[in-house]
Amino acid sequence: MINKSLDSNQEIKLVEKIAFGIRRRVLSHTINKNGGYLSQACSSAEIFASLYSSLLHLAPLDQPLPSRDFIGVPGPKNPEYITGAEFHGIKGSKFDRLVVSPAHYALVVYAALIEVKRLTEESLENFNRDGSTIEMIGGEHSPGFETTTGSLGQALSQAGGIALARRLKGDTGLTWVFMSDGEFQEGQTWEALSNISFHNLNSIKVIVDVNGGQVDGLMKDIMSIEPLSDRVKAFGWEVDVINGHDIVKLLGIGRKRTNKPHMVLAYTNSSQGIGVLANRHPLYHYIRFTNEEERKVYQEFLETMKL
Amino acid sequence: MKANIVIKPHLENFATWATDKPEVLVLSADLTNSCEVNLFRDKFPERFFSVGMAEQNMLSFASGLAREGFEPWLHTFSVFLYRRPLDQLQLSVAYPNLPVRLIGFLPGVTTPGGVSHQAIDDLNVLRGVPNMTILEMGDATEVESMLDVAHAIKGPVYIRMLRGEVLRIFPQSEPMIFNHARVLSQGTDVTILTSGIATEEALRVIPILQRKGLKVNHLHISTIKPFTDPQVVDALHSSKHGVITLENHSVIGGLGTCVAELMSEYGIGKRLLKLGLQDVYSHGASQKYLLREHEMDAIALVAAVERLTGMKLNISNDEIQANREIQIHSSAKSEAL
Repeated sequence: MINKSLDSNQEIKLVEKIAFGIRRRVLSHTINKNGGYLSQACSSAEIFASLYSSLLHLAPLDQPLPSRDFIGVPGPKNPEYITGAEFHGIKGSKFDRLVVSPAHYALVVYAALIEVKRLTEESLENFNRDGSTIEMIGGEHSPGFETTTGSLGQALSQAGGIALARRLKGDTGLTWVFMSDGEFQEGQTWEALSNISFHNLNSIKVIVDVNGGQVDGLMKDIMSIEPLSDRVKAFGWEVDVINGHDIVKLLGIGRKRTNKPHMVLAYTNSSQGIGVLANRHPLYHYIRFTNEEERKVYQEFLETMKL
Repeated sequence: MKANIVIKPHLENFATWATDKPEVLVLSADLTNSCEVNLFRDKFPERFFSVGMAEQNMLSFASGLAREGFEPWLHTFSVFLYRRPLDQLQLSVAYPNLPVRLIGFLPGVTTPGGVSHQAIDDLNVLRGVPNMTILEMGDATEVESMLDVAHAIKGPVYIRMLRGEVLRIFPQSEPMIFNHARVLSQGTDVTILTSGIATEEALRVIPILQRKGLKVNHLHISTIKPFTDPQVVDALHSSKHGVITLENHSVIGGLGTCVAELMSEYGIGKRLLKLGLQDVYSHGASQKYLLREHEMDAIALVAAVERLTGMKLNISNDEIQANREIQIHSSAKSEAL
């Protein structure tokens, strides 16, 4: 069932605006710091914008929260430790959870949280600053991160445990996972797919940024995972394949209620919305400008960015 | 040595103990009967989850359950908890300091299963994992009373577990106490520290040593991490000739290393002989055979005492075997996996 009534023009415009804001913020940051996970913003901006502005049912925050200073790692000597889930609002049985698996998307998550007014704009100035929680690769104390991820392939299994626990407690909220396609090279991902469908953990929804790239180049040249949809379906999942920049599709398919665990394979483009980045094809993983001229090209592009 | 045998001490005890603890769940990776958790499965099917032979997923899955307020007790062989899924153990469980209980069966040479089944370096690997508590079971009383000890710890706990036919060495009225050694005999000539099944080996020979006039300080260790018991420090200080450790593990990173670290920290300048696997893998054979091969048995302990004290004790293997009141390892046990 797809709830079409909410796919109003207004809602789509809002997601568009947030996605644009994510790209602009990440580009600006990449220029200022001469480096960043820029292509990840290009490929996943609509996904995170759809999640945070429409799809996720999170407790509201009265106002954007500032990022915390680093509060120490979890352990017996640090009982006050809290995770970045506070930016998702208080936990409740009806509310959703979001586990972000590829923690190197952190800058995209921070930008999205700022756009949806869950994180203060100034917090981004603490990015990669010693003693800050706005780390380059999100830790579980970083805004928007609910668990420790980043060693790829673990979040889906973790979300399985969260979803099972929530079923035992009678929660009705969904457990969402954002994944990257590279994680389907990890064996654990397939263990988790089996486990989640075997235990009928149908409150799990996964959106995958299928950008087809990894550090060494194109996935099809490094280690192909296709046909991904058929493979995941064969593990007992309901799978939808969409264009990950198509907001109407993201909102529609994202709201679909299924009686199997649901995976949305969102095929994306690593230079979407920042065309000059296509010159880097196919090595997009981390962008650092090699000379002043290149930096200027991006600066000029930034100045032309208008919604 | 007065002792009797308990058959499958974990089986009924765990199922009974867990009855009034709805937060206790069990994850099993296809070794349910082998890990004596089948009775729990039958009594509480709604709290038992089979995850198949997929331990990487199991560790991360457990972390999700623990984050939501449950206490997962993972039952499988030790090697499948700390070798294959070490990254998941570290990032999903240990870093967030979650109350996940890792019940690792078949420590060291307690299995004839060979290198694939013998956890000989688990202590070495897991002692280095922050937030991890490590317990080692030495008899049926510890297998039983460990449950309350582990349950009370907020973070993750790894347990070197015993199964099948397990000796009861310590009275049930004396449950294990966290980070508290059992002082089995006192004396100032030589200090012997043992853990796990090695304690049983030591107990076979220490009465003979005492009859020969040697004053032995013998401590049984069941908490490997933390390793801060002041009784242990006192025992290391008080020994005239030095210290011997005997353990069912590599001499790198286990009990012997814990003791060496403590001795250097406290400036206790005495000799330390570490008995255990001497930086080698083992192979498939009976426990008795492997303990002899690796010089981890009672007679090896006699030889170590002689080296340390310079005494010639003239204790024969026959004498030790005569002291072996109970044959604990039947052929049936070595068949079962």
